[in-house]
Amino acid sequence: MKNFFKSILFFTIFLVYGFNTIAAEQSHKLLDPGWSFKGFFGKFDRAQLQRGYQVYTEVCAACHSMKYLSYRNLSQPGGPEFSEQQAKIIASQFEVTDGPNSEGDMFTRPARLSDKFVGPYANDQAATAANGGAYPPDMSVLVKARKGGADYIYSVLMGYEDPPSDITLDDGVYYNKYMPGNKIKMSQPLMAGAVEYADGSSTSEEQMAKDVVAFLAWAAEPHLEARHKLGFRAIIYLLILTVLVYFSMKKLWSRIESKV
Amino acid sequence: MSDHEYTPKSKLGKWFNDRLPLLTLSNHLQEYPTPKNLNYWWTFGGILTFCLITQIITGLILAMHYVASADLAFGSVEHIMRDVNYGWLMRYVHANGASMFFLAVYIHIFRSLYYGSYKSPREVIWIIGMIIYFLMMATAFMGYVLPWGQMSFWGATVITNLFSAIPFVGESVTNWLWGGYAVDNPTLTRFYSLHYLFPFLIFGLVILHIWALHVPGNNNPIGIDLKKPSKDTVPFHPYIVIKDIFALLIFLIVFAFFVFYSPNILGHADNYIEANPLVTPAHIVPEWYLLPFYAILRSIPDKLFGVIAMFAAIFVLVILPWLDTSKVRSAIFRPLYKQFYWFLVADVLILGYVGAMPAEGLYLLVARIATAYYFLHFLVILPVLGAKEKTLDVPLSLTEPVLGGSTNEAIIKKKKEI
Repeated sequence: MKNFFKSILFFTIFLVYGFNTIAAEQSHKLLDPGWSFKGFFGKFDRAQLQRGYQVYTEVCAACHSMKYLSYRNLSQPGGPEFSEQQAKIIASQFEVTDGPNSEGDMFTRPARLSDKFVGPYANDQAATAANGGAYPPDMSVLVKARKGGADYIYSVLMGYEDPPSDITLDDGVYYNKYMPGNKIKMSQPLMAGAVEYADGSSTSEEQMAKDVVAFLAWAAEPHLEARHKLGFRAIIYLLILTVLVYFSMKKLWSRIESKV
Repeated sequence: MSDHEYTPKSKLGKWFNDRLPLLTLSNHLQEYPTPKNLNYWWTFGGILTFCLITQIITGLILAMHYVASADLAFGSVEHIMRDVNYGWLMRYVHANGASMFFLAVYIHIFRSLYYGSYKSPREVIWIIGMIIYFLMMATAFMGYVLPWGQMSFWGATVITNLFSAIPFVGESVTNWLWGGYAVDNPTLTRFYSLHYLFPFLIFGLVILHIWALHVPGNNNPIGIDLKKPSKDTVPFHPYIVIKDIFALLIFLIVFAFFVFYSPNILGHADNYIEANPLVTPAHIVPEWYLLPFYAILRSIPDKLFGVIAMFAAIFVLVILPWLDTSKVRSAIFRPLYKQFYWFLVADVLILGYVGAMPAEGLYLLVARIATAYYFLHFLVILPVLGAKEKTLDVPLSLTEPVLGGSTNEAIIKKKKEI
């Protein structure tokens, strides 16, 4: 019995530890500003997500699309939770092409809640051409698509430095401490005071980076809160059931002289 | 098989059972005499059945929403994750379920290796099991291609390219597998079709696996033949059923931890980037459960021989019942085999580790030594041990060896050591 538990424990630890080590071969230790959404009870901070959306839409969205999100997501539970009215207003600020209408012509109209986020470029080629040959990746699942996740994106945002003297950079290439290879084609996107928060929060680089990364983490995993909540219930349920089954098993097997 | 003939009590039951003996089958499954000294390593058969059914059910639901098309697959997975009710749960259970399935199957296989469950008269159970394991790997590999992320695409490219190593017809075979001149939409759609088919083949083989098991009955930690039914056995229901449920629940807690709190830890971040044939990822690595074989493949400098070595690593397991010539089943009574068993476990773990690392320098050297040892274990050590090893005395029944009538392995072991 004891051995059995020990082995299970050993195996799990081995798996988790093993894969963490594999995942952690980074040259610099990533920055971790402390995320509200980590851990068993991790939740997003609504105000932070709303600020993060503002940073995304005013800064990042100039180059980065977010094609898997819809405007309705902004008012869904577990997200920034803008009111439906606010989300409608946000959507209506974007133009989408619709059609064909009854005359067979395409037309533009303000976006609705059901529309996907409008991207900055017509297609990937246009995006690549406009950014010196480097395609600005779609941000819908970016946090899950990078080793180190939220910590990594935050670190890159905070990792702009003057290059060491032995490195010369081409035009349009910047030095970043956390980027693999240290070269990045995106200029430092966040400068203190780049946005103006309605809630009066500080607009330091750290604050904006933290807010926008939290927003991206939600965008990549919009059901994270529901997942954590359901997981907690499921595990408690399983634990209670396990104890009950354990004692039933003991009772049943007590008829046989062998031990379980 | 139980000795007594079963007759249903009701008239209708008897009428039906004479025409289709389902009630006899159900009675057999309940009465099935099982050794009472089975330890918890024996609960993984039930756990694996659960895993297979879970994968089939979640897969069925995912298939309702997934679109097998190179242009739409990645987006349809995001649609499942975002818009489908509990789609995220279905996908995370399915993706982590594959890992848990392999975790359980590896424990199941290594249990069999430790207690000699593959030996006569259980060779056919073992061989069917190996076919299931092989099909599982094929199914999991094709399933990993379906989200059409970067690792999907490049993993598929690397693995299907292996077939190009076949002399003369390699290229034609590869093109035939791809349905074109590169991994593309036709490859994705056929993988989807086969990924849907294979689990049902596995399901059929599982029935054969259990059927073949029910002919000689379970092996047990002592590894001796038991008289069935006897004082050494218990009916499957309720004794083994409740024990299996208890073990399954503990397994489910670990499973739930992965699904709800680190659903992506066993996957690769690059698979959340949509497949792009023009950009190769820095490291192409398969899923963790295929890593030992991947390490064997890469440890051979020649492509063709690498492929042969990889398939040989699986084939050597198939013929294992004839490589291990020892008459004694359980490692409890085989002091030398026990040590080599643990060396093999360590060897496979090392292979898995170097399989995840770039194939260069020290990693490559370690991979080569570990590969050589893997084959040495099966092809040299086991046959030699069968002839040379001095095994301990094997008890005649479960109750025979100990004064107190306990079936505790530790006591038997201690007594043997004295």
